[in-house]
Amino acid sequence: MTVTVDPAEIAKFEAMAAEWWDPEGKFKPLHMLQPCRLDYITTQIAGEFDRDLSGEAPFAGLRIVDIGCGGGLLCEPMARLGAEVVGVDAAAGNIPVAQTHAAQSGLEIDYRHTTAEALAEAGEGFDVVLNMEVVEHVSDPLAYLSACRALLNPGGLHLCSTINRNAKSFGMAIVGAEYVMRWLPKGTHEWSKFITPDELYELLSKAGLEPVDRKGFVFNPVTWGWKISDRDLSVNYVTAALAPRA
Amino acid sequence: MDNPAARAIVRPMTQDTDLLITGGGLNGAALALAAARAGLTATVIDAAPLPAHRDPDFDGRSYALALGSVRMLKRLGLWEGLADHAQAMSEIRVSDGRVGVAEAVLGLDFQSAEIEEGPMGQMVEDRYLRRVLLDALAGSDRVTHLPGRKVVSQATEGARARVTLDDGTALSGRLLVGADGKRSGTAQRARIRRTGWRYGQTGLVCAIAHEKPHEGVAHQLFLPAGPLAILPLTGNRSSIVWSEREAQAAAVQALPDADYLTVLRPRFGDFLGDISLAGARYAYPLELSLANAFVADRLALVGDAAHAMHPIAGQGLNAGLRDVAALAHVLAEARQRGEDIGARDVLGRYQSWRRFDVATLAAATDVFNRLFSSDNPLLRAGRDLGMKLVQAFPEARRGFVREAAGLTGELPELMRG
Repeated sequence: MTVTVDPAEIAKFEAMAAEWWDPEGKFKPLHMLQPCRLDYITTQIAGEFDRDLSGEAPFAGLRIVDIGCGGGLLCEPMARLGAEVVGVDAAAGNIPVAQTHAAQSGLEIDYRHTTAEALAEAGEGFDVVLNMEVVEHVSDPLAYLSACRALLNPGGLHLCSTINRNAKSFGMAIVGAEYVMRWLPKGTHEWSKFITPDELYELLSKAGLEPVDRKGFVFNPVTWGWKISDRDLSVNYVTAALAPRA
Repeated sequence: MDNPAARAIVRPMTQDTDLLITGGGLNGAALALAAARAGLTATVIDAAPLPAHRDPDFDGRSYALALGSVRMLKRLGLWEGLADHAQAMSEIRVSDGRVGVAEAVLGLDFQSAEIEEGPMGQMVEDRYLRRVLLDALAGSDRVTHLPGRKVVSQATEGARARVTLDDGTALSGRLLVGADGKRSGTAQRARIRRTGWRYGQTGLVCAIAHEKPHEGVAHQLFLPAGPLAILPLTGNRSSIVWSEREAQAAAVQALPDADYLTVLRPRFGDFLGDISLAGARYAYPLELSLANAFVADRLALVGDAAHAMHPIAGQGLNAGLRDVAALAHVLAEARQRGEDIGARDVLGRYQSWRRFDVATLAAATDVFNRLFSSDNPLLRAGRDLGMKLVQAFPEARRGFVREAAGLTGELPELMRG
C-alpha cells in the first residue's frame, strides 16, 4: 500500500501521526488508558489461543482486525506481537496517518478506509475483532455487532469496550472528560447512546456471540492512572465474547 | 583469524538490538542481563577494555549490597558465583563520636533479626561482582558486549536511536540507555542538564585486615568531620569509607601507608585489635549530582548518570540497581503488551517511578550528612535524643532496617521476595 507522494501531504500526515502518538497531546486519555486496555486485550487473546506472552512473536499466525483504528494505537502493538493486522476506520483521513506511523515504526499493517459491515460483506475472516470505544458512537448497535460477529472465524474472540450509562458515567465521561479536563472535544459522546453491561451482554448474545467475561477500567485520581477491576464497571468497561465453534 | 571477513562470518556483528547501553559497569551489565531475561536483546558499549586478568588481586573496592540488590542478583542467576565470596551483614551499629574519645557510646543498633527477610545486606568485593557480570554477558546469546569502544555521536530517527562508535561502527536500537556514570556523555549529548553541589568532603576508601573477627557487624560512626563506615568483608577484613573535609583528606591521602594508619587508628578504635591495609587506597570527592530528567527521546538514564549521591549510606550502587530493576520491569511489561519500548509513555513510567524515590533518598542523605557532620553542641544534643527515640521504638527501628535493606517503596519484580 503506497502513501500519496505529495510532500506537503506527507508532512501533514506526519504531523497528525505525531499528534495521535503524543502521550501529552490531543489523545492523552487514550494513552493513559492504553497500558490497562492492552493488558486486558493481550491476556484475553493469549488465554483464548493458548499463547505465551513472554515468548517471541506470541500472536504469530493470528489474524486480528481493529475497528475504528484511528492512528493505529492498538494495531501497532498487535503487529509487534506477531499478528497479521488489518486496521479499519470510517474516517478516511486516519488511514494515511496510521500508515505513515506504521512505516516509521517498521511495522506492516493493512490499513483500510472501510467499515465492519463492508468488510463482513467482502467475506473476510479474523481470529480476533477489536471493537474498542466504538459501539457508543454507532446508530444501530445490534446491526453493528452482528457485522463484527460475521467477521469472526469459528471460535474467534470479540473484545468490546464502551461506557456505562448511569449518573456517574455522565459525570465522569461527559462533564469530567469533555468539559472539566477538556480531554475530549465537547460533544464527543452522547450519553443516551451509552450502554449498560447487561444491555451489552444481551446485544452480544442477540448478535450470535457468547459473552464470557467483563471487567471495569477504573481511573484512580491519586495515582492518576487506570486499572482493571473485577467489580467496578460503573464507567468504562470491557467485554470478551466468543463466536461459536463451527 | 587474521582475515576480518572470516571473523565476521564466525561472529556476525549485531547492528540492531532492542537496547543500546552505554557503560559496561555494574549497572550497565546488570541491565543487559535483566533485559535479556525479559526476552529483549542488548548491546553494551563500554569505554573500558576487558580486564587483563581473570582473577585480579583484591584492589580494596567493595560494595554493601542491600537485600533487594541481592535478590536481584539471585533472580539474574549471578548469586551462585558470588555466595562464597560474600559476607552477610547481620547488624548495623550507629554511633556518635569524637576522635580520641575512646569507645563512643553506641547510640543505635539495627539487627537483621528485626525483619523476617534475613540479613539486611551482603558485602562483596568489586573484583568478584565484576567477574560474574562479565561472564554472564559473555554467556548470554541476547547480549553483545563491545569493550574498549566509545560512542562519538548519537541521534534518534523514527523509531530508532542510533549511535556511532569511535571505530566508525554504526549501531541502532529501540532505546538508548546511559549507564555511563556521573559525567555521562550520553546525557550530555542529549542536552540533559544536571543539578548538584560538592560537599567539600572527600570519601577515603580502603580495606583493612584486623586481628579480631567482626562477627558480621557493620558500624556507622558519626565523627565531626564526617561519617566513618566499617563494613565487614570475608575473613578478618573490613572495608572502610571515611569522610573528611577536602583539604584534610588530600593531606591524609598523600601520606605513606604507615602514617595513614596512624591517622585512621584513633577514629577506628581498637575493638577489632590491630589493623593493617589490605588493598589500595581511594579518594572520591563527595558530591550530589542529579540529572534534571531521567528520560528523553528514546533515551533513559540509570545509576550515577541519573543520580550521583553522597555515599554516606552505601546507597549508590543499590539505587543504581533499583533503577535497573525498575527499567527492566517497565520494559518487560511494555514488551508483553506489544508497546514500543522506546516510546515516550513507556519511558515516562520509568521516570515517574524512580525520580520520586531518588529525590527523597538524595534529600535524606544530604540532611543526614549535614546533621551528623557537625560539632555544634545543639545539633549533637538533638541527634543524640533522636537516636535514643529511634532506639526506644522497635517500629521505627524496623523501618530503618527495611530502608537500609532496600525493601521500602514499590518493589520491581526483580527485587521482590
